[in-house]
Amino acid sequence: MALSLLLLCLLALSALAYVLARGKAFKSAGGDIRLLHSLPGYYGWNGALTVALPSLVVLVLWLGIQPAVIDNSVASMISDHAAGESNVGLVMSDVRRIADGLDLAVESGAMTEDYAGSIHADLTDVRGRLGSLGVALGSEVTQEKMRAAQAYRSMTATGNWMRTGVVLLLAFVGLAISYRRADKDFRARNFVEQVVKGILISAALIAILTTVGIVFSLIFNTVEFFKLYPATDFFFGTTWTPSFGGGSDLGILPLMWATLYISFIALAVAVPVGLFAAIYLSEYAGSTVRSVAKPLLEVLAGIPTIVYGLFALLTVGPLLVEAFGEGGILGLGWMKGGTAVMTAGLVMGIMLIPFVSSLSDDIINAVPQAMRDGSLGLGATHSETVKQVILPAALPGIVGAILLAASRAIGETMIVVLGAGAAARLSLNPFDAMTTVTAKIVSQLTGDADFASPEALVAFALGMTLFVITLGLNIFALYIVRKYREQYD
Amino acid sequence: MTDTSLAPASSTPGSRSRSLLELDPHTKKRNAAEARFRVYGIVAIGIGLFFLVALLYSILSNGLTAFYQTSVTLEVPLVQTEIDAAEKSVVKTSKYRDMIAAVLVQKMEQAGVATSMKSKELLQILSAGAPGTLRDHVLSHPEQIGTTATFDFLASSRVDGYLKGRVTRAALAEDKNLSAAHLDIIDQLVEKGIVEKGFNWNFIFGSDASDSRPEQAGIGVSMIGSLFMMLVVLVLSLPIGVAASIYLEEFAPKNRWTDLIEVNISNLAAVPSIVFGILGLSAFIQFAHLPQSAPLVGGLVLTLMTLPTIIISTRASLKSVPPSIRDAALGIGASKMQSVFHHVLPLAMPGILTGTIIGLAQALGETAPLLLIGMVGFIASEFPDGVFDGFLAPNSAMPAQIYEWAKRADPAFYERAWGGIIILLVFLMIMNIVAIILRRRFERRW
Repeated sequence: MALSLLLLCLLALSALAYVLARGKAFKSAGGDIRLLHSLPGYYGWNGALTVALPSLVVLVLWLGIQPAVIDNSVASMISDHAAGESNVGLVMSDVRRIADGLDLAVESGAMTEDYAGSIHADLTDVRGRLGSLGVALGSEVTQEKMRAAQAYRSMTATGNWMRTGVVLLLAFVGLAISYRRADKDFRARNFVEQVVKGILISAALIAILTTVGIVFSLIFNTVEFFKLYPATDFFFGTTWTPSFGGGSDLGILPLMWATLYISFIALAVAVPVGLFAAIYLSEYAGSTVRSVAKPLLEVLAGIPTIVYGLFALLTVGPLLVEAFGEGGILGLGWMKGGTAVMTAGLVMGIMLIPFVSSLSDDIINAVPQAMRDGSLGLGATHSETVKQVILPAALPGIVGAILLAASRAIGETMIVVLGAGAAARLSLNPFDAMTTVTAKIVSQLTGDADFASPEALVAFALGMTLFVITLGLNIFALYIVRKYREQYD
Repeated sequence: MTDTSLAPASSTPGSRSRSLLELDPHTKKRNAAEARFRVYGIVAIGIGLFFLVALLYSILSNGLTAFYQTSVTLEVPLVQTEIDAAEKSVVKTSKYRDMIAAVLVQKMEQAGVATSMKSKELLQILSAGAPGTLRDHVLSHPEQIGTTATFDFLASSRVDGYLKGRVTRAALAEDKNLSAAHLDIIDQLVEKGIVEKGFNWNFIFGSDASDSRPEQAGIGVSMIGSLFMMLVVLVLSLPIGVAASIYLEEFAPKNRWTDLIEVNISNLAAVPSIVFGILGLSAFIQFAHLPQSAPLVGGLVLTLMTLPTIIISTRASLKSVPPSIRDAALGIGASKMQSVFHHVLPLAMPGILTGTIIGLAQALGETAPLLLIGMVGFIASEFPDGVFDGFLAPNSAMPAQIYEWAKRADPAFYERAWGGIIILLVFLMIMNIVAIILRRRFERRW
């Protein structure tokens, strides 16, 4: 049964359960609502939830697990010599495409179901026949792949039938149970509330699940990568020259260097500007200036990073070349192309200004008024108060804000993908094009490489490094901010 | 408490005779420092606002031209025999191209524009997609065969760029797609009103075009892709986010597990978006075998990204509902669950919706994770047929489409990228304004 039909069935069954359970409870009370333990609706919900919840959970799990199980067992059918020339992943994607093609052929009536199940690749031109239906196959169909594809199809079909059966069975069992339970003394409200609370808890657990998912997906592939490529070469290698033909050097140091260099420039722009803006807005500006300037600065934070990326690539880069490039206004000849560490760093700094300023603004505002009054009362000028009383008091919080901004800068992707360049190099010149960890994650995973090669897997190791660094910075920063906040609360 | 007792402390010895109204050097220095400090602040804000203005200026000045497109008006006689012959040939558009060329030559003769160019060369003025446009029109309007139909064929991107000031004669010297001689013709055709600029609806509602036809590229299909993604995000992240926040804010006991979840959420909010892309790639595509580049997968990834934002803002608005509301509900016999769902949640709803819209706006502009799940390249070429296809068929999203254009070699695509940004920012602006209005109109101060 198709998935949408199954879902409709479930919906209908739960509606039926709602009506039946509610009706039965009402009847058991003799139509007198005062004799019921709970409001009638709760009896109905009790029915609907008992039908829908277990079957939906099973359905979702089934949908997640079935493809993986089938893949594994079909992959084990493929002998080593078939996989020898390429690898199992590629063969499997071929198998899947053949199976899809057969499905399409059966659906459009070009083949009968029996024929599709028994077709022999050595005797028939399967590729030609599927090609005429619009399914393009990359390589020639061998009998082994054909058998695997047929097994794949039959297992999927069986799996789908079993799925429908199990889900519907659960739904009917739920219907029976809830119908039997519906009685005027049944504590329907307590039951429903327990279930709802369970749903709430599982929603909260999704946050944990996401983290676990991130960590697992990174770790598994990183371990896989380190099996193919030594970890010491990755962490201490100073050259980055991936080549999909193999024999590539995948040292993280040049990427890390560019990442930190760009982040440093970004912070050098954002921290002074953001901090002074925050100080002015919270200590000097009148309410009208504040109510205009603050939202306008925060507009910068709401602009998507792709916009900054384009701004770096097409506006800031060419401008910098005009100033610092060969034959430029300053006649320095430092810059060769528009994409450079400086370009990306400058634009990223602009992006971070509102981030630094609004966080610092909050922190400066949290400094108690009594400290300002005390300092001003002793005869200090306003700026002396800021420099010698407020900033020291707010320092931990500001450091936390800067660390959060740094973690943002390190993890930023689009600006560096478009603005920083594509070549990895270790150079001190900020007008050289360099490339960063995030930019390389994008380029290694959007190519056509298959996921088993070290050139693609390295992206996961890069992602892992990035995740660990930003997580460390975040935890440290949040710890500092939180600790500081408690002081004055 | 008297002034005299303070005077020695604030002035150097020997200046005792000075009037209080006259500033000594030290005070002058301090006041100057004060003034400087103030100026630093103003300069900082000025720099921030300058960047904002520069950014907006470069978006508008580069992007607005994308909304206008040059086209050539031609009246093509649709003759039955010619069309039959064209449909019979192997490369169907080539005959249509000949038809257009004949009309173009004739039109130029009528207008008195003389040229020594061959018709094939002359056709470089028009977009390479012009024959396709003609054929599609003929096939969808067979009743017009035998009459003369008027077409606005797109001019090629070089011609368009020339009229918009992007392409100069000098730049065409090494260009094999157009020569300076073409531009002379264009100048005359513009005078005669045959070549005109019109509003570019195709850019807003059309589909992406291949590398060689920037004049045909539009953002419409990826807009649909974004729409389907936002539907997924809304349908998943709002209920899950609200449920999670209700649990954490109203029911969770204060223990280590709750702390863990809370720390987790605040950390997830700061995880780089590209890491969510990696998660989506390995969990949804590698493991669960969901289709690559599908808006459904993009929506799932963005849901996970948006959840922390929604949870944080929902918790804040739940927290702002005063405890007296809960107490009153409990006092007249409601259960804890009833007090939350019947009283607290409706009161917190405006705040929750505001947070959700802002979260959605963030998700709409996010690019990096979409690149990893395959929303890159020339994929937004066809409108999805039906809702099901809309979720599962490969499609791009607005920011990914902009990135795609920014990457292409032809500078004519840059104009599209800036134009796409204008559309994206208009959407973001609308969402933010709705959020602000919601907040102003419905938020209660207790």
